[in-house]
Amino acid sequence: MAAKKKTANIAIFIILFALALLFLYPIFVVLMNSFKSKLYIATQPFAFPSLLPDGNNAATFVGFTNYINGIVKTNFMKAFGYSAFITVFSVGLIVLFTSMTAWYITRVKSRITSTLYYLFVFSMIVPFQMVMFSMSKVASMLHLDNPVGILFLYLGFGSGLSVFMFSGFVKSIPLDIEEAATIDGCNPIQIFFRIVFPILKPTAITVAILNAMWVWNDYLLPLLVIGNDYKTIPVAVQGVLTGSYGSKDMGALMAMLVISIIPIIIFYLSCQKHIIKGVVAGAVKG
Amino acid sequence: MQKTLKKYFAFFALPTVIAFTIAFLAPFVMGLYLSFCKFTTITNAKWVGFENYIKAFTTDDGAFLSALWFTVKFTVVSVLTINILAFALALLLTRGLKGTNLFRTVFFMPNLIGGIVLGYIWQLIINGVLYYFETTITVKASYGFWGLVILMNWQLIGYMMIIYIAGIQNIPGDLMEAASIDGAKPTQILFKITIPMVMPSVTICTFLTLTNSFKLFDQNLALTGGGPGTSTRMLALDIYKTFYGRNGFEGVGQAKAVVFFIMVAAIAFIQLRATRSKEVEN
Repeated sequence: MAAKKKTANIAIFIILFALALLFLYPIFVVLMNSFKSKLYIATQPFAFPSLLPDGNNAATFVGFTNYINGIVKTNFMKAFGYSAFITVFSVGLIVLFTSMTAWYITRVKSRITSTLYYLFVFSMIVPFQMVMFSMSKVASMLHLDNPVGILFLYLGFGSGLSVFMFSGFVKSIPLDIEEAATIDGCNPIQIFFRIVFPILKPTAITVAILNAMWVWNDYLLPLLVIGNDYKTIPVAVQGVLTGSYGSKDMGALMAMLVISIIPIIIFYLSCQKHIIKGVVAGAVKG
Repeated sequence: MQKTLKKYFAFFALPTVIAFTIAFLAPFVMGLYLSFCKFTTITNAKWVGFENYIKAFTTDDGAFLSALWFTVKFTVVSVLTINILAFALALLLTRGLKGTNLFRTVFFMPNLIGGIVLGYIWQLIINGVLYYFETTITVKASYGFWGLVILMNWQLIGYMMIIYIAGIQNIPGDLMEAASIDGAKPTQILFKITIPMVMPSVTICTFLTLTNSFKLFDQNLALTGGGPGTSTRMLALDIYKTFYGRNGFEGVGQAKAVVFFIMVAAIAFIQLRATRSKEVEN
């Protein structure tokens, strides 16, 4: 019986191991091709880049040429800067302002606050296509069509899920602590920043991770609002092949895919526990 | 305390409320109104009644309806495959094997990569395979369809697997023990205990895969761009192309977007009600 279980476990381990390799293989193929001459990517995508000429075939290894081409063509350093700036600051704004709002609308009971709550929840099911046209027009009318203005749009569009998650947690905090602080002479601002916000920290991490993943990878909103003047990474990557940078360059595309994945993998490996926990918490509550 | 706090509306809630109004509420209301208008920007809208809605379903030989049909087929296939595979993986990863954490890490990772990048990764792989058959992904609609299904599985299996693992680990151990003492076979335990007990996870995972597949845009744009022709266009991409692909069709695009919104809302509502009723009390 025990031996039978052991063989079963070994078989399962082998299956899982094979599956894990299969999961990593696409990324590996992209990495391999990012070092290959662009002329050979379409015709031999699964072959290693060759260092030496082989018979009639030239060497396909080109070193970092694709990376240099891609970075120059797409102005990748700038794109990286825009993406990083927009992600960091919009996540900061979202965490700060939606936690304040969630605390307020949970603690103050009135018709206005409950209407607001339902509007926030409602906004979560509305697909972006419903508002994309009017939102981008409103944004340009209000001069929000720059990397600073777009932060404000992310705060507004991201507030639904974030307010919802924060208020779920605020409801579980006993009122006594806040009442004791009031009696001790704290005003609501002090109560929030000294008492409530520290208690909200686990939810704040979840909200930050969910929003960071969304903003960093978002394509349509930055394309429509600031896409002409400020290209974020997804917009720049999409532009490599669509011709706005001249001829289609598969090599540059491969290199750009690799550099856009690297920050995500570093982020994932460095705070994997928080990410998995946060994503699950977000799913369960959402 | 409520009384004093009430006066602080401007400090605590106003910034979010203003941003929410500008980014969501106002555009949403405008969107509803504009779907009944002919316009090129929001300042020159002219009321045309239901014309846009009629055009939405009739222009281009009903391209919107074929996008809807493609989206529905894609959604059904990916919801089924993703959930079955993710649940199977979760079962394998809750047996206390060595390396479980490492496998979890690997399977979950694709979920963090953005849709555009995912689309191009799989375009390379699928075109690479199809090259041996001297064809490409944009030659036949079925290539694009299965390409999207594979991509979506690769992206979401790990994510759903994590939710199923949490569900399986929540099942009280004595329940399993009691069943095996009573002589239940492993398949009986699976169908009579494990599956009913993870129904809450099933609700969440079905909901997430359903809405994510139905609303798919980035991956669709990057992988096939809707080609060949418009045969692999999903709803979101069709709406985008109607808005920005052709002058004078902004109103039709907006009408399609309203229909799309109503469908998403209806799916979310019906699905949550239907699976919630299948959950057993813990």
